[in-house]
Amino acid sequence: MAEKTVPSVQSETAPTRREDTRAQERYITPPVDIFETKDGLTVVADLPGVEQKALDVRVADGILTIHGKTAHIAPGTPVEREFELLNFYRQFELPEELDSEKIAAELKHGVLSLRLPKKEKAKPRKIEVSVS
Amino acid sequence: MPIVDLDALRREIDRTFEEFWSDRSPRVWRGAFLPGRAARQYPLVNLAEDEGNLYVEALAPGVDPKTLDLSVAQGMLTIKGEKPGLAQVSAEAYHRNERAAGRFVRTIELPAEVEGAKVHADYRNGLLLVTLPKSEKAKPKQIPVSVA
Repeated sequence: MAEKTVPSVQSETAPTRREDTRAQERYITPPVDIFETKDGLTVVADLPGVEQKALDVRVADGILTIHGKTAHIAPGTPVEREFELLNFYRQFELPEELDSEKIAAELKHGVLSLRLPKKEKAKPRKIEVSVS
Repeated sequence: MPIVDLDALRREIDRTFEEFWSDRSPRVWRGAFLPGRAARQYPLVNLAEDEGNLYVEALAPGVDPKTLDLSVAQGMLTIKGEKPGLAQVSAEAYHRNERAAGRFVRTIELPAEVEGAKVHADYRNGLLLVTLPKSEKAKPKQIPVSVA
């Protein structure tokens, strides 16, 4: 089980403080689904309140970073608040067999879907056995 | 251990549990917006108002807009919808499974009378914004002060 889990760089307690920045901001760790497909990994993250322009997804040194800035959409003065929108931040270490050049991302209804394909050489190849 | 101490301990444990499950511990649950993960209301909502309208903002990422069903009756707003799950992923393919899915219903009591026919809703970036125009009776009226 342990080796199947993608290690998270960040602790999972939310909200959290980013350690690699001086920004006095607080962050929420977004919940994610990560699953394997034939061709690679798919990462799905709930990022409500994040616009496409305010979302930053990047891969550097084998680490995937998801950073989203949120904004409330309700005008007026608050009467009752059950949630607060903080910015989202989460990092994952990626296995080496993924091709970070070919990551496809889609943001729809506040849900980010990332498709991370495996490198060609990491894909299982069927070897034809010829019978003589 | 004397009985008195045991009793105090029991009360302490009860209190801790109550605090943990009560709605008044937003520190623990802030940022949690998963349906079905705990006995919690879903979606979480914020209520705001200005002179003419009430605004309900609901935290509902990934909901299929076609399944959203809103109704206003007797001073209550009901939000129904469904967050579809991921199709055809076998259990052993998951590395992480933190997002939950499913159908939800929530009823919110409105603090002012609204005109049900003029309510409109907007689903944007996983947030649902319901704008409820206040009825004439509920709108604040300015009272002129005459100076003698």
